[in-house]
This record gives sequence, C-alpha cells and structure tokens, in this order.
Amino acid sequence: MTTTPPQFLLHHDGDSVAVAVQDLEPGTLQGASVKQGTSHTAVLLDKVPLGHKFALRDHAEGDAIIKYGIQVGLASKAIKKGEYIHTHNMRSYRWEASRA
Amino acid sequence: MGSKPRLTGFRRPNGTMGIRNHVVILPLDDLSNAAAEAVAKVIPGTLALPHAFGRLQFGEDLELTFRTLIGTGLNPNVAAVVVIGIEPKWTERVAAGIAASGKPVAAFSIEGKGDLQVIMDASRVAASFLMDASEIQREPAEIGDLMMSIKCGESDTTSGLGSCPTTSEAVDRWVDGGGTVLFGETSELTGGEHLIANRCINDLVKQKFQTTYDNYIKVIESTGANLLGSQPTQGNIAGGLTTIEEKALGNIAKTGSVPVMGVLAPAEAPDPTKPGLYFMDSSSAAAECITLMAAAGAVIHLFPTGQGNVIGNPIEPVLKLTANPKTAASMREHIDLDVSGLLRFEYNLTQAGDKMMDVIERCVNGRLATAEAMGHREFTFTKLYISA
Repeated sequence: MTTTPPQFLLHHDGDSVAVAVQDLEPGTLQGASVKQGTSHTAVLLDKVPLGHKFALRDHAEGDAIIKYGIQVGLASKAIKKGEYIHTHNMRSYRWEASRA
Repeated sequence: MGSKPRLTGFRRPNGTMGIRNHVVILPLDDLSNAAAEAVAKVIPGTLALPHAFGRLQFGEDLELTFRTLIGTGLNPNVAAVVVIGIEPKWTERVAAGIAASGKPVAAFSIEGKGDLQVIMDASRVAASFLMDASEIQREPAEIGDLMMSIKCGESDTTSGLGSCPTTSEAVDRWVDGGGTVLFGETSELTGGEHLIANRCINDLVKQKFQTTYDNYIKVIESTGANLLGSQPTQGNIAGGLTTIEEKALGNIAKTGSVPVMGVLAPAEAPDPTKPGLYFMDSSSAAAECITLMAAAGAVIHLFPTGQGNVIGNPIEPVLKLTANPKTAASMREHIDLDVSGLLRFEYNLTQAGDKMMDVIERCVNGRLATAEAMGHREFTFTKLYISA
C-alpha cells in the first residue's frame, strides 16, 4: 500500500475508466488499481467530483466502457482520454431505452 | 480474521435465535393499523407494524402477503405476536402460521366488536406477552444461529470500491463460520448476472437462478420504459454511477466469494440444514427488500451506502456502512461504520473486514444500530400485481 492517498482508483488494470476519490481539478494525477495494486498516472481534462469517472483512453462512439474488467456500458458519443464520463456520453448497453 | 466473535442471542421455542426481543402487534390489513398502533400506545414497549395492504389480494400476491406476515412473526428477533385483523379467518391463518414455532401468539378480529373492545382485549394480552418476554435471557450464540442479510442502497462508485467489498469480507467470514446470508436485488444484477450464475452450487440452482432473473427482467423490459433515474436512481447518478451494469457490479462486489446455495422466492426461508449464501428474488427498493429478508428469518442486516440511504427495519437491525467520506461526515447519525479510509489506503480490506465484524458483534450483543436509534422502521410489502 502506498502512503500518499490516491486521487483516483481503477478497479482492474486495463479498465477504460477510473473513479475520482477526491474532488479533482484538471491536471496530472496519481492513482492506483485496487485489484493489482499498481500505480497509475493520468492527465485529467475536466473537473470531476468525488465518485465520478473519467476516461483512461480514447473511446469512439459505440465503444465498450470497461470497469471491474467487464463492460459496464458504451460510449454514446466519442470520449477523449482524460474526459469526464457520465450520462451525457455513456449509456447502458443492456437497457436500450435507458438513456439521458 | 480477528478473534472469534463472542455472540449472544435470545433462543426461541423452536431453537432459532434472535438478537432482539420484540413483542409485535401485527395488523393483518391496512384497516387494522389503527387498533394495532393503539395497543402499542397503551402498552409501551410493544411494537406495532402498520402497513398498507392485506385486503382483496389473491393468488400468488396474497400468498406473498401471508408469507411476509407469518415470516415477520416467525423472525427470531420477535418474542411474541398479537395479530389484529378486520375479520377472523385470515387473522387466524396468520396467527396459526406463527404459532407453529411455539412462540406466544394471540389473534383478535374487529368485525362485530369495534376497535375499542379489541384494543382493550389485545392490550391485556400484549402486556402479559411483554412481561413474559422481559424474562428471556441472552444466551451464547454461534454465527450459525444468526441469519444475516445484505442489500445496498443509494449506492455510488465508492460502494463498489469500499463499502461493498467490506461487506463481502463479512459475508465470507459469516459463511465460513457456518452462517447463512441472504442477498437479492434481482434487477440489480444486470450486466453481472453471469457472475452469480457461475457461482451457483449446481446446475439445478443455476437454472433456477437464470429463470428467476430472466422473468423479473422481462417484466421490467416489457414496459419499454427509460429507467435512467429509477434504476440507477437519481441518487446513484448524483454519486457518479451511470448505468445499471456499473451499479450491478458494485452490488455484486458485496456478495463474498462463497457459492450460491439456493434461490429463494420473496420472503421464503432458506433450508436451515444447508447454511451458506442464498439469493432471494426481490426488488432493489430497500424497504421492500429488507422486509422480505426479515420475513425469511434474517436477524441482522448489512447495508452499504454511498450517497446515504437512511433505511431501517422494525424487527431486523440494519447496520449501515459507507466508503464515501462526504456521506460519512454529513450523515453521520445514519452511519454505523465509516470505511472511507479504504479509498485513502489507510488500511486494507482485511482490516476493514475486522472493523465490520466488530460492529456486527456489538450490534448482535445489544448495541442499537443507528437506524434503530433514529427510529427507522420501514415495513413495506412487495406487491406482485393489482388487488381484486
């Protein structure tokens, strides 16, 4: 375990999104993966409040969004690496009618 | 794991064990709420459980209401029950279902007598039940004596990162210790239902799970509704959860790593000879789900929350934990365990599990959960369809 509190966490190495565990401002951030415990660095483009997500890689519209190593939705529009992700650019792939 | 928990409970005549000792005044139907609540006022220390249904229900929906009422009376946290209904037939059916456990039960019906006569007659019995219950002593209990249930609410991304994995630790320790744990929230497995299916103990259970899940989802999907704001809820979305799949994986993160022993109908009790983790077909709405789990016999509930659900249950203590530091600070009167230190790497999951077990041990032995201290007594029936 590191001693500095992480600014973001991802569940698994390889996830395409991470979760802010503090209220975050744009800039370079230090984080870690929960499953493997590896350190990660990310460049955040937007403000992201605690508990909300941002992209760890570019997503084209329709791309799978991966968290916990599993698909948890798809990009409803193109999402750049470092961009804030929520209902405005991500939706369920299971419940077609559920969209913002 | 820390040292083996030292647990105590109240032994019931049929051998089951509870951690609370309630004398319940149980209305059969909505019409009988007034009399039941009056009895609980006349005899302070008894507990009325008003609810909204019980009239003109039929078929499977009626059976579920009977199962919920009888199961609530059978719950080992309940010492004795006074059942009050508008008419005698269904009232006596519920009383007989509870009396099968050997627990003191009395039934009163209102038609032909009126509320005042019933309140007087029922109060005499309630007082005597209360005095008898006050003599029941706590005895040493084993994990295997105390059924646990789990369900999360107003989840956010911190639930999947902290409070649900902490619950998971407790689930594994409870089952390893010979205990039984119930989980449910059928629709909230969507996107991760294969993970649960693959943990089913055998093909029969797996098939039953898949059919149960598919049937529930069929009902939801057949509406064609946009569920964003309902499932995930507005609170989930405010907390950063975007889709049902994302929410589901956080939900599943609290179910431990043990096999799924069986699939239960709503409010159905698990096989007492086969302890372990059971899935109950249920709504993800907190009050409905915990009411069903308590009716199945669960005596202590673990409730991970992100944004701060305030749920309680009248007979089953609900322990709430959160890993969201904002919620832990702003809603502390509702939080029994703050595990936000997990997100700051202040301690690891095993240590968070130790903290959870300590809180469980104290609650089992009599310390009130925040929900009990705050008077949260949500008693909410699951309705399968319209009444006749």
